[in-house]
Amino acid sequence: MPAFPKAAHEAVHNQTLRGNLRHATHTIRAKRANAVAEVSDWAELREAGKQIKDHTLRHLDRYLVQLEESVTAAGGTVHWAADADEANRIVTYLVKATGESEVVKVKSMATQEIGLNEALEAEGINAYETDLAELIVQLGKDRPSHILVPAIHRNRGEIREIFAREMSEWGRPAPEGLTDTPAELADAARLHLREKFLRAKVGVSGANFMVAETGTLVVVESEGNGRMCLTLPETLISVVGIEKIVPTWQDLEVFLQTLPRSSTAERMNPYTSTWTGTTDEDGPRDFHLVLIDNGRTDTLADEVGRQALRCIRCSACLNVCPVYERAGGHAYGSVYPGPIGAILSPQLRGTGSEIDASLPYASSLCGACYDVCPVAIDIPEVLVHLRERVVQGGAVTREGAKVVVKPAKGHAAERAAMRAARWAFSRPGALRAGQRVASRTRRFHPRTLPGPGKAWSGTRALPPVPAEPFRDWWQRTGGGKLPQGGKDTSK
Amino acid sequence: MRVALFLTCVNDTLYPDTGRAVVKLLTRLGVDVDFPMAQTCCGQAHYNTGYRHEAEPLARHFSDVFGEYDAIVTPSGSCGAMVRELYPRMGERARAEGRGDGLATTLAPVVPKTYELTEFLVDVLKVTDVGAYYPHTVTYHPTCHGLRSLGLGDRPRRLLRSVKGLELKELPGADECCGFGGTFALKNSDVSAAMGADKVRNAESTGADVLCAADNSCLMHIGGTMTRLRTGMRPVHIAEILASTEEERA
Repeated sequence: MPAFPKAAHEAVHNQTLRGNLRHATHTIRAKRANAVAEVSDWAELREAGKQIKDHTLRHLDRYLVQLEESVTAAGGTVHWAADADEANRIVTYLVKATGESEVVKVKSMATQEIGLNEALEAEGINAYETDLAELIVQLGKDRPSHILVPAIHRNRGEIREIFAREMSEWGRPAPEGLTDTPAELADAARLHLREKFLRAKVGVSGANFMVAETGTLVVVESEGNGRMCLTLPETLISVVGIEKIVPTWQDLEVFLQTLPRSSTAERMNPYTSTWTGTTDEDGPRDFHLVLIDNGRTDTLADEVGRQALRCIRCSACLNVCPVYERAGGHAYGSVYPGPIGAILSPQLRGTGSEIDASLPYASSLCGACYDVCPVAIDIPEVLVHLRERVVQGGAVTREGAKVVVKPAKGHAAERAAMRAARWAFSRPGALRAGQRVASRTRRFHPRTLPGPGKAWSGTRALPPVPAEPFRDWWQRTGGGKLPQGGKDTSK
Repeated sequence: MRVALFLTCVNDTLYPDTGRAVVKLLTRLGVDVDFPMAQTCCGQAHYNTGYRHEAEPLARHFSDVFGEYDAIVTPSGSCGAMVRELYPRMGERARAEGRGDGLATTLAPVVPKTYELTEFLVDVLKVTDVGAYYPHTVTYHPTCHGLRSLGLGDRPRRLLRSVKGLELKELPGADECCGFGGTFALKNSDVSAAMGADKVRNAESTGADVLCAADNSCLMHIGGTMTRLRTGMRPVHIAEILASTEEERA
C-alpha cells in the first residue's frame, strides 16, 4: 500500500467519487448535528462515555476475566487470540468442526481487521456478508471505504450494475429489469439474502459492546440482517476486540444514546440485539467468543495514544473530515479509514510501513473530528504524538515488549530544516537577517518553487515578499510614533 | 496595562501591513502597545509536524520575551492556540517524561495572558464597535484553531457587523477547513489544494469582494488559490478591516 498522499492523488481527481463522498458525508453530517442538538445533556453524555471507557481500559485485565467467567457460566466458550493469524485459525477450526463450508456474517470491523473472509476462503469456506453495504462491496470485489457505510463511494447506478452482474454468481440472481430505485435495490438484496439466512448453520459476528457483569454481547444495527445471523444459525462465533467491554448494563445506557445519534443521526437504534450464552430452546446451541488483541494492549501501553481505544466506531469523525471527503476511504490503506483510522492503524500495526508512517500526516489538524467524537478522543493530539514517533522514533511497546523504533525513512531533510529554523528562531538577529535578505531580493523571487515547495506553487500563487519586514518598520518609526520616515536603522 | 504585540513570524516577514493595522487599531482604542524586538516564533510548525523537542526552546524563548507583560495580543488564532492550548500540553509531556515541572513552570505565566486580537477587543477592551469604516462586501472564514481551539465564537462577526459601510455575507460551509494546515499543504498537496478550491468556490458564491479571516497563513493559502482560479476576490486580515477609518485606510 503506497503512502497516503500518493493513494489520495487518484481519489482527489476522480469526480464521480468526489461527488458521491461529498453528497453522502454532507447529508449525514447535517443530520447528525440536528440529532445531537436535540439532546440537552450531550456534553455530559460525552464525558460519561469517555469516563466509562477510560475506567474500563484502566482495569481491562480485571474486566476481561470477569467477562470470561460470565460467558462461560452462560454456556459460551471463550477463546483468546493474540493476533490476526491466531484469531483466523481459531475461527476456521470452529467452522470446520461443524462440518459446514459456508457461514453468514454480521457486519463486523473486527473480522475485516483480521482478514477473516480471505482466511476462510483459503480453507474452502465461503463467508457471505449480509449487511447491505457489505454485500455491495463483496459482490463488487471491492474494499469497504467507510466504517458505517462501507459502500459510501458507490452511487445507486453503480450498485444496480453490480447487483445485476454479480448476484447470480453467489446465489439468487437479481430480478429482471432491476432499476436503480432504492426500494428495488433493497428488495433484490432482501431476496438474495433470505436464502442464505435460512440455509446457514453457522453465523459469524462481531459486537459493539460486551457487558462484563453478565457476559452479554450487544450488536447495534439498522437492517435486521444482523439479528437474522445471530438467531437463526445453530453455531454462533463472535470475534470481538478486547476493548469493547463495558462493566455493567447501566453503562450501556450512555452509549445507546450517543452511538446512534453520532453514527446514523437516529434518536434510537433500529435493531439492538443482545445475547448471553446459549439456551436449549432458541437461538444458537453453540456460542464461541473469540477475543482479539491484535495490537490493542500495545496501544494501551501508550499514555497519549491509548485514547483511540475508546472508539465506539460511530464514524462521525469520517463524516466531518475534509480530508476523508476528498481522499476517500481506500487511501487510508486500512479497514479503519478517516481520522480514527489515521490514529488507530499506525498504533495497531506500528509505524513501520510507508502507509502507516504517512497516516499521522493525513490531517490538517482542523479539529472537526475531536468536536464530534462522542467519547472525546482528541484525535489531533494523537496525530501529533504519532508524528513525533515517525520523525523522531522512540520507545514503544510491540507485542508486549518495550522496543525503541527508529525514525521513518525520508525525514532527514525535513529534520534538518526544522533544526535550522529552530536555530534561527532562537536568535532574533538571525531571523532579522534572513528577513532582510528576503526583502532585498524580493524582485528576484521565482513564481514557482523547486523541491517540496513545488507542491505549493503548482496550485497556489505565492505571496509577494514585502519591501520591509514589520520589525524594521517598528524600529524605523517607533511603532508609527516617530515623525514620518523616522530614523533609518536598517544600515 | 502593559500590552505586547505578538505578531508571529509569518506576519512579521510576509504581512507587515497586518502588524501596522493592529498597532493603529489598538492605539486608536487607547492601548499603548509594545513590540518586543526579541520575539521570533511560537514553535507551532515544529510542534505540529512532530518536532516537539525542537519546539521547546522556542516556547521557552516566547515565555522569556513576553512573560513580563500583562497581556499578549496576537492577530493569529492559530499561534494563539499554540500558546494557550499546546504550551500547557508541552509542560505536561515533559513532566510525564520525568523531566520535572521546569518547562510547565516556565510556560505557565504566558498561557492565560495570551489573547487572539478579536478576543482581546471583545473580552478585555469590551468593545465591538471599533469605529471602523470599510465600504466593501465581506465574507468571513473562521479559521480552525480560532474556531475550535480558542472558541472565538461570534466575536469576529460581531466586530465586523459594527463596521460602517461593511456588508457581511455568510460563507457556506464556513466551519470547514480551508486545507492549509501548515506543513499539511506541502505533505498532502492534492487534498490541500482540493480543499482550498472548494473554500474559494464557496466564497465566490457569496458575491463578496473580500474574504476576511483572523489568520494570515490560511489567507495565504486561500488567496493563493484565488489568484490561480482568477476569482477577483481579495483575502484581507480582519485587523486591516477593523483598522480602516473613513479618514484613512489601513
